[in-house]
Amino acid sequence: MASAVQTHESVAAADAHAAHAHIDHDTNTGISNTKLGMWLFLASECLLFGGLITTYLLYKHPLEGPTPKQIFDIPFTSTSSFVLLMSSLTMVLAVSAIERGDHQRLRIWLGATALLGATFISGQIYEFTAFVREGLGFTTSRFSSAFYTLTGFHGVHVTVGIIMLVSLVLLSLRGKLPEHRSETVEIIGLYWHFVDVVWIFIFAVVYLIP
Amino acid sequence: MAIIEAPPTEQLALTGTVESDYKPAGVFTRPKSGGTGWKSWLTTVDHKKIGIMYGATALVFLLIGGFEAILIRVQLWSPRGTLLSANAYNQVFTMHGTTMVFLVVMPIGAAFANYLMPLQIGARDVAYPRINAYSYWMFLFGGLLLNSSWLLGGGADGGWFNYAPNNGVLYSPSHGIDFWNMGLFITGIASLAGAVNLIVTVLNMRAPGMSLMRMPVFTWMTLVTQFLLLFAIPVLTVAQVLLMMDRLFDANFFNVAKGANPLLWEHLFWIFGHPEVYLMILPAFGLVSDMLPVFSRKPIFGYPFIVFSGVAIGFMGWGVWAHHMFVSGIGPISVTAFSLTTMFIAVPTGVKILNWTATMWGGKLRFTTPMLFSIGLVTMFTIGGLSGVTHSVAPADTQQTDTYYIVAHFHYVLFGGAFFGFIGGFYFYWPKVFGYMLNEKLGKYNFWLMLLGFNLTFAPMHILGLQGMSRRIYTYDAGYGFDLWNKVATIGAFILASSVFLFIFNIFYSRAKAKSLPPVGPDPWDARTIEWMIPSPVPEYNFDPIPTVTRVDDFWYRKYGETKDGKLVRIAATEDVVQQRSDGKHIHLPSPSYWPLVAAFGMPIIGYGLIFNLWLCLIGGIIVVGGLFGWALEPPDDPDAAHADHDPVAHGSDDGSAAEGDTVGVTEKEVEPVG
Repeated sequence: MASAVQTHESVAAADAHAAHAHIDHDTNTGISNTKLGMWLFLASECLLFGGLITTYLLYKHPLEGPTPKQIFDIPFTSTSSFVLLMSSLTMVLAVSAIERGDHQRLRIWLGATALLGATFISGQIYEFTAFVREGLGFTTSRFSSAFYTLTGFHGVHVTVGIIMLVSLVLLSLRGKLPEHRSETVEIIGLYWHFVDVVWIFIFAVVYLIP
Repeated sequence: MAIIEAPPTEQLALTGTVESDYKPAGVFTRPKSGGTGWKSWLTTVDHKKIGIMYGATALVFLLIGGFEAILIRVQLWSPRGTLLSANAYNQVFTMHGTTMVFLVVMPIGAAFANYLMPLQIGARDVAYPRINAYSYWMFLFGGLLLNSSWLLGGGADGGWFNYAPNNGVLYSPSHGIDFWNMGLFITGIASLAGAVNLIVTVLNMRAPGMSLMRMPVFTWMTLVTQFLLLFAIPVLTVAQVLLMMDRLFDANFFNVAKGANPLLWEHLFWIFGHPEVYLMILPAFGLVSDMLPVFSRKPIFGYPFIVFSGVAIGFMGWGVWAHHMFVSGIGPISVTAFSLTTMFIAVPTGVKILNWTATMWGGKLRFTTPMLFSIGLVTMFTIGGLSGVTHSVAPADTQQTDTYYIVAHFHYVLFGGAFFGFIGGFYFYWPKVFGYMLNEKLGKYNFWLMLLGFNLTFAPMHILGLQGMSRRIYTYDAGYGFDLWNKVATIGAFILASSVFLFIFNIFYSRAKAKSLPPVGPDPWDARTIEWMIPSPVPEYNFDPIPTVTRVDDFWYRKYGETKDGKLVRIAATEDVVQQRSDGKHIHLPSPSYWPLVAAFGMPIIGYGLIFNLWLCLIGGIIVVGGLFGWALEPPDDPDAAHADHDPVAHGSDDGSAAEGDTVGVTEKEVEPVG
């Protein structure tokens, strides 16, 4: 992307009938292919989580076994939610670091983001084991199936995000993440923020709304 | 992008810091580009080769799905047929529907989209060539996994929509539905990746001057179709996840004993399923909208209307799903609402039919094979569309539900609509793709045979349905008045099958004949859109140079002008405005890659693992993750690829650099990890 202007000039100069050539960027929209692709993917993910959240809403009152009210530990989950939301802040700091060319800070903030994400996942694993111990197995009731599937799906998304963040740190350590590829960090940041935003919905719908 | 297009100093700097870090040896070497053997097909990232592979694979699945259709028709030839047991019949019609929808019609749409759309917008390739290859391999493996169920205990048996709770282990204890589930997960990922890829391509990679409202209609319909896929596939995935959890891990999503509501499946399935039927038909609509003007020698009537009616169908397609569920007890308000939306969606469809008719009106019609198939689509789809409108009348629909009337309706829209358009598209684009024409005489026989067989097969089903014959029942008793029309339908099915074989015969016959004929030029049909100004078959680099587009049907207006009183006059000979084949050495194309194949290969193993033994998932998972990492770490391009003349001086001076602007950008951006 560093040389978008250069491309433009060569395209314009190259085209014999350039009267109507009006490429102001290296893509028609001005958004890079990768970033546009990520936006589209996230749009699609909205429907995925939308479907799962709808299913949960339909099934949130179990006929047997523990009810949501009995089992949820709101202060605990609020804390882990706070941790996850803070990881969006560190993600923003990471993007801003690479845009400044500060690779040391980039790695610190990416690592912090991954760590906060991992903390959230540990919290989720702890929560799941605690629920199972209290008698809420995956097959116990319609509520339990819907709950574990929805939050588990979100957990898998966070885990994939952590893997991508760690990969970025490793790439950066090996010098393969120069400034002109800062958009890679930004795009993975998009994914990460999306996963956070989805959690806000899930947390509100599953834990807070009675 | 930076590597190639940057000013010389930066280029050197980058070569020092980035490029030398890649040790393109061993496992991360990219295969050489420009090969021709079977290996070049395994590693290709060329949208044209991938398009051809989509089409060829879909034709093979068509034969499988068609064979299943013949089995159904033979079973129903007479009362108390004995060819298939009830159980086998369930599997055969389920797999027939699933195969035809997911492995034939959708992939043929994908084949045209892959091959044509980049040509129609003047692009070098799609936005992510390797993800494109990945999509194809996922589709292939998903289809193979789905059909491998025949060898591993029997196919799915719940109908193509697999209603709950009939799809539960209790009522379908074999692994058939698990195969269905896993196969469609995998083809779903293929569709989703393809959707992202093609949308980005249309939005980002158009040639200079190719604004959205100058795009050929097929490209527009591809855009709408891919948006439908983008939003419909995840809904199906949710339904499938719930089903998988129920069947394999004893969850309670459709377990009525635990208070589950089986209607959830119906809603999720049809929220996917109705956009699905539009995304099957819209590519064919696009093809016809490009073919009719060519053979009428008139521009498409009301280009903005035909575009926006397609977009309107795309939006409204989301609001009609419950008309599949009028008898499921969703209540009078819902029934009324969905009746109304269903009536409304006939409006944009009617606009299209009007536009096609008006395009032909007063035109100099040439009744070539593609034209015949196009007219076939317009007429047959109209019949199917009208019987569709009868479904919106809820009281009538209550009588028609689950009868052969429904079967007749959706075959008129999907076979008479989508498939006629596709076969017409095959005849139309065959010379562009393979460099020889399909025999016109055989083609016309093919059309009339198919039209006859099609109507003999499916028209009687309207009557059978109104007489009360249920679909998905493996036999019927004598004395209900079903005998005659079932016999007619079965005869029709055999005629239909012979027309498909005639098409396949025509391919090989014309290929053999073509050797003694002069090579077909770039523009055999006197066509209108820019894909016809490049040599046939299309060179690997597509355009050289990339044309600048000034209006709809740009190529046509390079050949023809209009006098003051609107008369068409030729202003340039076709030979003068088409592009000549160049050696393409100065054009930088994305390099082939092994990794899409590797990453896709792990998925069916995970699928089998979920069904049979979870340890297989580990093996499959390792292959997938390894494939993705190999993919991400692969050098952006084959360093040995032929672009030695990259000195900055040669750069701004020739058209090749415009090309590089596109493609190098593609490959460089595409190396990001894809999760």
